[in-house]
Amino acid sequence: MIFKGTEKRTSLDVNRDFDRIGADNNAFTSEENTVFHATVLPEYVPQAVDVLADILRPSLRQEDFDMEKSVILDEIARYEVQPAYACYDRAKRIFFGTHPLGQSVLGTNESITALKRDQMADYFQRRYVAPNILVVAAGKFEWPEFVQLIERQCGAWKSGATGRRGLKETKGGGGVHAIQREKVSQEYVTFWAPAPAADSPERYAAHVLTSIIGDYTGSRLFWELVDPGLADSADMGFYEYEKAGAYIASMSCQPESAVSNRQKIVDVLTEVQKNSVTDEDLTVARTKLASREVRAGERTHRRMLGIGRDWTYLGQYRTLDEELAAIDAVDAKSIRQLLDRYPLTNLTTVALGPLEKLE
Amino acid sequence: MPQEVHIHTYSNGLTLLVEAMPHVRSAAFSFSIRGGCAYEANDQRGLAGITLDLLTRGAGSRGNRGLNDALDALGLDRSESTGVMLLYLGGSTLSRNLAPALDLYADMLRRPHLPEEELEPARLLALQDIQGLEDEPQTKVMVEMRKRYYPDPLGRDHRGTEAGVKSAAIDQVRQFYERYVQPKGLILSIAGDVDFATLKDQVGRLLGDWPAKPAPEPKPSPDEPRGGHIEQELDQTQIALAYPSVPMDHAEFYAARGAVGVLSEGMSSRLFTEVREKHGLCYAIGARFEAMRGRGSVVGYTAGRPEKAQELLERTLHEFRRLADGIDDEELQRVKAGLKASLIMRQESTSARASGNSSDWYMLGRIRPLEEIQSAVDSLTPAKVMDHLRRTPPKDFTIVTLGTRELDTQINEYSDLCLSVSIRGQLLEKYTCRFTRTPCRMGCKSWARRTQRHCQRRSDSSFAPAHAMKWTANPASRTSSNT
Repeated sequence: MIFKGTEKRTSLDVNRDFDRIGADNNAFTSEENTVFHATVLPEYVPQAVDVLADILRPSLRQEDFDMEKSVILDEIARYEVQPAYACYDRAKRIFFGTHPLGQSVLGTNESITALKRDQMADYFQRRYVAPNILVVAAGKFEWPEFVQLIERQCGAWKSGATGRRGLKETKGGGGVHAIQREKVSQEYVTFWAPAPAADSPERYAAHVLTSIIGDYTGSRLFWELVDPGLADSADMGFYEYEKAGAYIASMSCQPESAVSNRQKIVDVLTEVQKNSVTDEDLTVARTKLASREVRAGERTHRRMLGIGRDWTYLGQYRTLDEELAAIDAVDAKSIRQLLDRYPLTNLTTVALGPLEKLE
Repeated sequence: MPQEVHIHTYSNGLTLLVEAMPHVRSAAFSFSIRGGCAYEANDQRGLAGITLDLLTRGAGSRGNRGLNDALDALGLDRSESTGVMLLYLGGSTLSRNLAPALDLYADMLRRPHLPEEELEPARLLALQDIQGLEDEPQTKVMVEMRKRYYPDPLGRDHRGTEAGVKSAAIDQVRQFYERYVQPKGLILSIAGDVDFATLKDQVGRLLGDWPAKPAPEPKPSPDEPRGGHIEQELDQTQIALAYPSVPMDHAEFYAARGAVGVLSEGMSSRLFTEVREKHGLCYAIGARFEAMRGRGSVVGYTAGRPEKAQELLERTLHEFRRLADGIDDEELQRVKAGLKASLIMRQESTSARASGNSSDWYMLGRIRPLEEIQSAVDSLTPAKVMDHLRRTPPKDFTIVTLGTRELDTQINEYSDLCLSVSIRGQLLEKYTCRFTRTPCRMGCKSWARRTQRHCQRRSDSSFAPAHAMKWTANPASRTSSNT
């Protein structure tokens, strides 16, 4: 609805004004943030700010809302046919249970159908207040002029109370769940366990640990499952949110291998939980992460997202060198502490595919 | 932005392309080898990909585990892929780790173990790749379209066939390697914080004495393109199409890109605005230029609910055909702004530069300077694009659909049909075209039938004429700066 027009612009004007300056623009919504972004050549920064700021004061018209609802129902259907996504979405719900992070970003058929324009407008009034909006720029621009530009475009936006109540960690739903989809050809399995939150100093250890266990090359899961051809993918990542986090491992394979593959993953996690990792593992993982961090820093779009993330979750600006130093400081002791506080074996397992059960 | 690409071709035919980017700390590289799936024998489909997989499972003094550990220890993000004509191996990492990485790649190319015990895992992965395609209808429809549009072997899918993968033997892998993994025509492209002279020496030392054994290029069959429908139970009907355009070295190449841009560059482009925004017939829609050496095509993709799929297809085709009716200066200006911006923004990525240089060298035998592309885009005018569209109008569509309901794709033949109908003097009553609101030029039966059906639907209150869709995470938009 943000893109559906403002007092000054129709929805077509919005698209045209972005395209006129060759902007690479889009928006996305995660569990905790909605991000509107554009990458433009330096000479077009004022025009890009003009459109981005304008659309954040949208008209939110009833007729657009009614049409948008049916589009979102379409979108829900589109994602549902992608088994990897459907499995992730179900698992998130089971893992987080009644915790707000368990809610689907897209919503459900029922929630979208029941939604009223006024409810959305009310949400907009509460959440799109000035103190809840962060502006980030990275690349070639003049800071004083940029500040003036934002002041002129956004200075009159309403203030208001922000923040979320009742934030807490999750214990995880636990259990092994199989969701049967007979027409899906592969079996998709995902494993979740509670992990540190986005502002925890232990997040670097969590990134190093999940890289050792589940990076797409050279990791424990790679050698156990992908290299021998038992699964066409098997990986693990660390997902951080406000006051909560999760280790998430995912695997897809032929249905007949799913039960034994699941056991192999559990065995890997149990072994690391017990014996931790080696110094050699640590060296390789730190090198990989540092290499990625440097390369991400060379891309303005990635750097912009990184700065936004640090400010949102930590309230601070962090340089690339500070990040590299924090990765470098992860050692055997920090991994052991992490494992003791957030065990890998505290699993919620969810499978989606042709199998009726996973045991 | 200053740009200088150093080029050196060794006596065995291997070409090194180096672009120094002093402001970065990383480096990216790619090897392009003339041994893609087009070189496979008909009963060995999938062999190129299996050979590529085995190249990474032990080489030189290192076994499978040792080689992979050594690559990992360099912080290298790797990618290997099988194309139709080329095999690619490459990656990116911190520039100080580039030299040891190239040492390892020289081992993989010249001294691979191709061990028999690793064949089974490689085959299993290849089989799962084939089966996994069934869960990805968006990819599957494009794969099936290419098979039918391009003359074999140019339309092959790198995954191969189940029969080919199951029967792959280690001798076949070794033979494929011997025949096609060789230096003549191989391109090594490097971009980043690097020095040309140093690299030229290192690559010369590693690969300069590798003997050349050029193999003949595969010859495309005389097959004619053919569309088709594939039955699969899906909540969305998938639609892919293609038609011939001009090759990359053609004088009208940029005009052709401009025409595709009017259709699909940015969110105010015609396909997005007309088909998705105004009619809400799809979530994803787009068209792009697809280049092969000496051959250019325009390919399109969309998907929608089965009950609306016929209308979706017709409106999409209508937008392609309507190009020839004219484009206005303002929309071309937007396309030019988009093309120029993405060209410049892509410059910041070491991987994009390495692969862009490699692709230019393969397609054109030279590297286009940035200024050349910019001035070609700048000089585009509606008249130039229209001249091109008059000579090469969108026609002869190959349409492939995937879903529960077969669509009537004969509409792409309507001009011929009408001609044959009118010759026989049986022209039917004229209907108003629902797109142009003018009397329909076509009198053939099938068109009339569809027009009627849609006219009825328009008067039906449930037919919402101006859907607008959410475009967050729009798959049709450019993402060059995100990757």
